[in-house]
Amino acid sequence: MADKKTITIAIMDAPYEDARSTTTLRLIDLAAKRGYNINVFAYEGAVLQPFAAQTPHANAVHGRSVEEENHFIPKDAIAALMREAERNGGKIDWVNCGLCVDERGATNAIAGVRRGSPADFWQMAEASDNTLVVATR
Amino acid sequence: MPKYLLIESRDPFDSNDTRFCCDLAQQLAAAKNEVTLFLVQNGVLPVRPGARSADLTSLAGAGVRVLADTFSLKERGIDEQRLASGVAAAPLDVVLDALAEGAKVIWH
Repeated sequence: MADKKTITIAIMDAPYEDARSTTTLRLIDLAAKRGYNINVFAYEGAVLQPFAAQTPHANAVHGRSVEEENHFIPKDAIAALMREAERNGGKIDWVNCGLCVDERGATNAIAGVRRGSPADFWQMAEASDNTLVVATR
Repeated sequence: MPKYLLIESRDPFDSNDTRFCCDLAQQLAAAKNEVTLFLVQNGVLPVRPGARSADLTSLAGAGVRVLADTFSLKERGIDEQRLASGVAAAPLDVVLDALAEGAKVIWH
């Protein structure tokens, strides 16, 4: 693909806490559909986005089963985005900050996520066409 | 001409620092840069004609392209056809296009 791009995105928001997570996943989705290579550097709470132990639950208050609740599970969304990127000739390289992982006990991530450090973020940014830091407040 | 895309995700009714993006956009446009302000999440709330929309209209008048994320508008029940003057609805693809073109993209 002549116009294939490599984009790096840094995120720091934990799942279920801010719309920034949703917007970031939407952006990754668009890039995956275009067949871009996408580097993600997740730090602080964002290392829990691909945490493998996330589990959908029922909603007793509203009387809905697990299936009816159809709870959004970020790790499943990320796995689907990885498959989407590969289907379109791209790749998602998701790096979780190792120290942030250790602090949170978030070592059990889904397949395709690797452990790294801010040095990886610098290297990914250097090798990319562009970089977006999704800054928190 | 250098290109800038400023992403405003914050609600001006909730955050005192949203002037940052407007001021920066205005200064960059005045310095002959191509500037887009992309509003997303609660950042789209001031696009409703009213108390805080004048800043966006003024910015558009200063040569800044002001866009509001279609998805964020829909989530909040804001009609795309009733946006403040100078503001247009646009998909999130605008951000990816800017990144792909090598524009300087800043998230706020």
